[in-house]
Amino acid sequence: MSTGTLWTVVLVASVGCYLLKLAGLSVPAAWVEHPVVRRVVEFVPAALLGALVAVQAATSGAQLVVDGRLAGLAVAALALALRAPFVVVLLLAGLTGAAVHWLT
Amino acid sequence: MTTDATRASTLRDAIGLGVAVGLYGVAFGAAAVTAGLDPWQACALSLLMFTGASQFALVGVLGAGGGALAAVGSALLLGTRNTVYGVRLVPLLQTRGAARRAATAHWVIDETTALAVAAPDRELARLAFTAGGATIYLGWNVMTLVGALGAEGLGGTAQAALDAVVPAAFLALLWPRLQRAWAEPAAQRRVALGGAVVALALTPFVPAGVQVIAAVVAVALAGRWRR
Repeated sequence: MSTGTLWTVVLVASVGCYLLKLAGLSVPAAWVEHPVVRRVVEFVPAALLGALVAVQAATSGAQLVVDGRLAGLAVAALALALRAPFVVVLLLAGLTGAAVHWLT
Repeated sequence: MTTDATRASTLRDAIGLGVAVGLYGVAFGAAAVTAGLDPWQACALSLLMFTGASQFALVGVLGAGGGALAAVGSALLLGTRNTVYGVRLVPLLQTRGAARRAATAHWVIDETTALAVAAPDRELARLAFTAGGATIYLGWNVMTLVGALGAEGLGGTAQAALDAVVPAAFLALLWPRLQRAWAEPAAQRRVALGGAVVALALTPFVPAGVQVIAAVVAVALAGRWRR
């Protein structure tokens, strides 16, 4: 992707996200409290984040791959289950990824 | 009733959260550069978009080789949360006038909403929102720059470490939704798992990045038919 396209992506998405924030403070509450909208907002993040976890941990281009990222993800899940703070979770995942890379 | 003690404790919570989120900014800056953005683009995202999950989604899709539309679409889908937060914040913050509303809107994110909603009264809600917003904005942006500059020219092992941090970051964002404290955690788990499975199943067949959006659409449609 060219630098120009990247900048366009960055700026368009930023303006869009800002307008979504502004809309919440500006539109009548009833619009946002509509059942369909509420449903979407409640569940879209889980679907999107679930998809992103899977794609970031186990794919490379069009291929499914198993490498240190998946090991890091497993360690992160364990740390989260033990209620470790965010930063510790990320550090442990990173160390695991590095260890797997170094060992293989 | 607002006492000095409650005011101090509100400020302490707000600033503590700001520092913690700021540290998360390092991971974002590094992830953005790893995904192929330059440090200025990483910083522009933190300055202008300023909503962590959307920022991670955008660089995540780009890093996976996804196209412009998929990247922008993912960021916007996650950004809809902030619209709902805004609705909840209106009675608490009582922002009057277009200029103040426009300025306030930029700081409407998960953390500032949580701080404002948790505050015992309106005055403290405003204080928590402003103090939290200011520390988080400052910390997030400074640490994005640190992470972005630090990630340039890393060796293979450090790169492997960073590659493992990104999915862990998404999992950490997702995690609270799957816990008992969240409304309908069982449904959230089904939805998250469904999103993951559909995305993996589509990966070999669709352009990179598209599987993420397609997974969301598929899960949304499945949810409609169930009811």
